[in-house]
Amino acid sequence: MAVIDAVEPQSRMRGVGTATKYFVLAVGVFLTLGPVVWTLFTALTPTDPITNERAVGFGAFQDVFVQIPVWLYVWNSALVTLIVAAGQMLSAAMAGYVFARFEFKGKNVLFGMILATMMVPMQVTIVPVFMLIRGMGLADTLLALIIPALPTAFGTFLMRQYFMGLPPELAEAAQIDGAGPWRVFFKIYLPLATPGLAIVGILAFNYHWNEFFRPLIMTISEENFTLPLGLVTLQGNLGTGSVATVLAGVVISMIPALAVFVFGQKPLREGLTAGAGK
Amino acid sequence: MSTATPPVSAPTVAGKASVKKHPGQVGNKRLIWVFLAPTVIGLGLFTFLPIIGSIVLAFFRWDIISSPEFVGVDNFVELAANPTVRISFLNTIGFVIAAVIVQMALALVLAILVQSRMPDWLRTFFRSSLFFPLILSAASVSLIMAYLFNQEFGLVNQFLNLFGIGNVGWLTTGLGAKTVVLFVYVWQNFGFTFLLFLGGISAIPKEVYEASSIDGASGLKQFQKITLPLLSPTILVASVMAIISALQIFDQPYVLTRGGPGDSTRTAVMVIYESAFQQLEFGLASAIGIVLTLLIMLVTGIQFQLSKRFVFYG
Repeated sequence: MAVIDAVEPQSRMRGVGTATKYFVLAVGVFLTLGPVVWTLFTALTPTDPITNERAVGFGAFQDVFVQIPVWLYVWNSALVTLIVAAGQMLSAAMAGYVFARFEFKGKNVLFGMILATMMVPMQVTIVPVFMLIRGMGLADTLLALIIPALPTAFGTFLMRQYFMGLPPELAEAAQIDGAGPWRVFFKIYLPLATPGLAIVGILAFNYHWNEFFRPLIMTISEENFTLPLGLVTLQGNLGTGSVATVLAGVVISMIPALAVFVFGQKPLREGLTAGAGK
Repeated sequence: MSTATPPVSAPTVAGKASVKKHPGQVGNKRLIWVFLAPTVIGLGLFTFLPIIGSIVLAFFRWDIISSPEFVGVDNFVELAANPTVRISFLNTIGFVIAAVIVQMALALVLAILVQSRMPDWLRTFFRSSLFFPLILSAASVSLIMAYLFNQEFGLVNQFLNLFGIGNVGWLTTGLGAKTVVLFVYVWQNFGFTFLLFLGGISAIPKEVYEASSIDGASGLKQFQKITLPLLSPTILVASVMAIISALQIFDQPYVLTRGGPGDSTRTAVMVIYESAFQQLEFGLASAIGIVLTLLIMLVTGIQFQLSKRFVFYG
């Protein structure tokens, strides 16, 4: 009896511990995924304007296309996002490669200055950037969103780290074979840096597909709106009347982000946490 | 160098260097400048120049239409005296404190639970689900939450009605709106801290836990004596990153409340936006931006000092 009593409380405690653990995690998952599931459910069960009853259907999705030029917004968002992602991958790879591989006067100062730009939030420089864009005649164009976002301090830092991890002997071997410095970069190092490029690209994609602040300031005409801006405008116009319609728009805007989440989760996670390590 | 080395080897070394390296170096030099150009010119034009521009602009009054007028420190005086600016900074600081504490606590608990013993597929499921909100746009999330917290038909109030609680004016009262902004922000951003903690916990060697289990340490004791101290560098970095990001909050209150009711959810970045692009007070907006940057630099400086002390501990 005494032996059983001594064993029992411990195992019971462990049982309670496991149950509590899964209960807390389940509540966490319910709270994070719940609103998303609700959004999907509501978008797919719009209220019929005549019978005033909810029914399963794509009516809300059709309605978004009637209310706002969804394709145009998707196109604008995709254009900005893809060009910025590709541009950041290239500019970061090139600059990161130079900082990892070459010695030149003022290199450390320059790199330090690039890192320092990460400390200044974009919202602080937005006023002069807006003036600059206006002065360049790019106000209210998609280029106003694209051009300032092409260089990336964080991406440069990330790619420098990546290139520093690749063996320098590869360049020497290729140079002996007569390859010039450009060939060495494009044919040898750049392909090897694909995982690093994926991180820079996915982070840029995720950030710029979702970004709201810069489009809000830089674009004025609705034809230049990106998707998040278009959706907020749609909500403003419809008030709280057509919940399903606005949420259908939200679902549409989630699709590319979801694709990144499913197919690029590892680089996404690595990229998001890369800034924390030195 | 040339005098010290034996006369036989010196010419060959020098010759090799001049023949093999010279053409390569010319090519390298061009490559260096071409490769640096997009980043250096881009950041120079769109970050460095604007920083200087912001500082200069902070001492001017300019509405874009008429020519700028030098006003000295007037903008900073105005910033301190203007009740809307002051309340928005107080809101931001209060929000940052609350958001960071809640975010860190939630992320820590959930990360420890996810890293505890469980089947791998389950761990992957929990990890993915818990950081999922991070990939959504803050604007979309705020739209969803505005409906969920709607006073008349929102799901949150419907749920509360079950317990006999009447319709709460989530977005129509100051306290309610503050709570919702905090909830929406933390809901979306705690996943970032969570990911950092997951990495930090998995870096702690398993042997440390095993050894302490043999010595009879309880779960709570292990948390106090192992997890928390070994995780402290991660906690420091995560909290600084969370503070800096929370200081810049804009999307959520803009979409949810436009800063209202009254000024109860107006934030520092919102005031930058409004003074610049609605009231055309570009100088004042720049001055507010500079104060915000100084706050961020202060936080970064404190982190730097603290992490220097952590080196001694670690």
